[in-house]
Amino acid sequence: MSRKNLLVEANALRWEIGDNLHDTIMESIYADASKIASRALIKNEEENSFVIDRVIDRLITSRWLGFPLMFLMLAIVFWITIVGANYPSGFLAWLLVDLGQPFLKETAMSIGFPAWLSGLIFDGAYLAMAWVIAVMLPPMAIFFPMFTLLEDFGYLPRVAFNLDNLFRKAGAHGKQALSMTMGFGCNAAGIISTRIIDSPRERLIAIITNNFSLCNGRWPTQILIATIFIGAAAPAHLAGLLSAGAVVFIALLGIVFSLLVSWGLSRSVLKGEASTFSLELPPYRPPRIMQTLYTSLIDRTIFVLWRAIVFAIPAGVVIWLTANIDIAGVSIAEHFISWSNPFGLLLGLNGVILLAYIIAIPANEIVIPTILMLTVLVTGMSGLGEGTGVMFELDSISDTSGILAAGGWTMLTGINLMLFSLLHNPCSTTIYTIYKETGSIKWTAVSTLLPVVMGVVVCFFVAQLWYLFS
Amino acid sequence: MSVQKVDHNCADCPIHNTGNLKKLGIDMTDHDYVVALAGNPNTGKSTVFNSLTGLRQHTGNWPGKTVTRAEGAFSYNDSKFKIVDLPGTYSLLSTSTDEEVARDFILFGQPDVTVIVVDATRLERNLNLVLQVLEITDRAIVCLNLIDEASRNNIEIDTRTLSKDLGVPVIATAARTNVGMQELISKIEEVSSGKYICKPHRVTGNSRKIDKAINDLSDKIHKEFPNLPNPKWVALRLLEGDQKIIDALKNGDLGDLKSNYEMIQSVREERKETIDVA
Repeated sequence: MSRKNLLVEANALRWEIGDNLHDTIMESIYADASKIASRALIKNEEENSFVIDRVIDRLITSRWLGFPLMFLMLAIVFWITIVGANYPSGFLAWLLVDLGQPFLKETAMSIGFPAWLSGLIFDGAYLAMAWVIAVMLPPMAIFFPMFTLLEDFGYLPRVAFNLDNLFRKAGAHGKQALSMTMGFGCNAAGIISTRIIDSPRERLIAIITNNFSLCNGRWPTQILIATIFIGAAAPAHLAGLLSAGAVVFIALLGIVFSLLVSWGLSRSVLKGEASTFSLELPPYRPPRIMQTLYTSLIDRTIFVLWRAIVFAIPAGVVIWLTANIDIAGVSIAEHFISWSNPFGLLLGLNGVILLAYIIAIPANEIVIPTILMLTVLVTGMSGLGEGTGVMFELDSISDTSGILAAGGWTMLTGINLMLFSLLHNPCSTTIYTIYKETGSIKWTAVSTLLPVVMGVVVCFFVAQLWYLFS
Repeated sequence: MSVQKVDHNCADCPIHNTGNLKKLGIDMTDHDYVVALAGNPNTGKSTVFNSLTGLRQHTGNWPGKTVTRAEGAFSYNDSKFKIVDLPGTYSLLSTSTDEEVARDFILFGQPDVTVIVVDATRLERNLNLVLQVLEITDRAIVCLNLIDEASRNNIEIDTRTLSKDLGVPVIATAARTNVGMQELISKIEEVSSGKYICKPHRVTGNSRKIDKAINDLSDKIHKEFPNLPNPKWVALRLLEGDQKIIDALKNGDLGDLKSNYEMIQSVREERKETIDVA
């Protein structure tokens, strides 16, 4: 029998059995399943025992308490992260930078390294790596286990449940709440997790807007800038709380942007109705503390840290080179900064920040060290940095704020840096992941450029308003 | 003589064989058998996977955590098993992207045994998938997971009745705490090596007309494509008018296993293009 005849036969049979085949088959499967299950169940008193689950669910998915509880939970997590990360960060910086870097450099000198090579390796590559470890490891080692515990406990699907209505109103899929939550850890992971969304239209919306979830590479930037500019403006005993509040605010702003952009897309280029889905709320399970600590340390912390180090080393080299290669007596970095400064000021930022974001495209984690190094370079401050193109670690936050003040930073620069850190292009790994998942250059470009454009627009308006009222 | 006999009995006992289990992690060279881990979302497949392989694949308490398939290996009684952790799926008849990965592998990856992980606290709903898998494979094991949670919730299940009704082994486990994993492993070995012959339950209650239509068509498909692992499923999709299957049949892609794999790939490429167009 030929293939064509097979199709003809299938068509004929289809007419014969009618179009409710799928339903008929599903019905007989359901009937059998129900019969077998009732034979096998010896005892089933589950109704009484899910009481506690239901009480918790009623509370954290309630119309009035759901959102406040969610914000409170986020705020507590960040507050613990901010307060707890300070001391280990200081210790690591002391160990790797204050002790390690001069020691390595002297050792290299004594075995006859040329000055340029030791500069490139120890003032560039090594310092970039050391800084990334000192600043990123402690917050990650605190944040990720806490986040994983919430995940293990069963909180994430409830977050999705709370947000579902908002996303549906924005014309997006309710499961986007889950991929967005994943994005808080890493945008590349968040984008892969959009595979749980069936419709290509809604999946694209989820991919494009995933970048509005602050990823772990950007948390340290947010936390540091919030501590310097927001926390410092408050009385000392409130500083930590207020900084945590500012970071939560930026994270929430990201969710708002995510919803707004989804809404805009679903009413313009990606038109369509939101599809319905059923979300199973899993039972609460007591988290396994030790295993959670282990897996979040291996899967997330070490994995992310390794990636950051891999990107920081070449970036450190690039920073050192731009600061040490001169054209007409002035370094490349200074050329770019003085050229782009007027534009930066228009946005309430400055040329240093713009250059730092270009150098840091591979990894968001190294934005802050790059900014500090470049600021010292242009202001010509002495006694703080170790020399041209050296990414240095500052022992205390007041040193950092001293440098930034000398670089002409104001509260506005701080606020706009936090905004721009939320609204700018995704890192190169994420861009590549978007390309792999969509297979489309067009949508990769949209996902990359849309946030930058939004960042520029938002920063511009905030800056103009600020100039107007101050 | 009697001593030897005791020896022999011990060798048959799963507990005696605990020492023969080697968790091989991601070393999947020269495996003898392929084991697929299927099941509804959030039933603990990844936890079972980690427990068998010694790997630490990330687990999470929410449906849809695994979106791609993960692979690992273990060896037991001199046989090497490659084990594939599939994304959770509610049905083999739906058409969503994450469920497609699981469906394609069970249908066309030809695992030697499919372990269906079932949430003991949601037995009836989970059985829907079990029955669908049993329609298309002869070698399956039901892993009745989260049995600790079930007993905490006062649910008790008679595994022997369940096993008799389904015609495949049913093992109660609590993978989080490694309860029942040893029995599961020895059953995996028995079923994949053919020591245990499954007599899987087949759904009745379709009208005779439907059963006859499916059987007639699948016989013809089998004649035309003798290497196709699941003519019955293909027949069903044809009767439902699935355009992808119709196209695959038209251009002969349904032919051999290799092009089946390519078909799966090409369906994926198509999806990507749809995204592009959308």
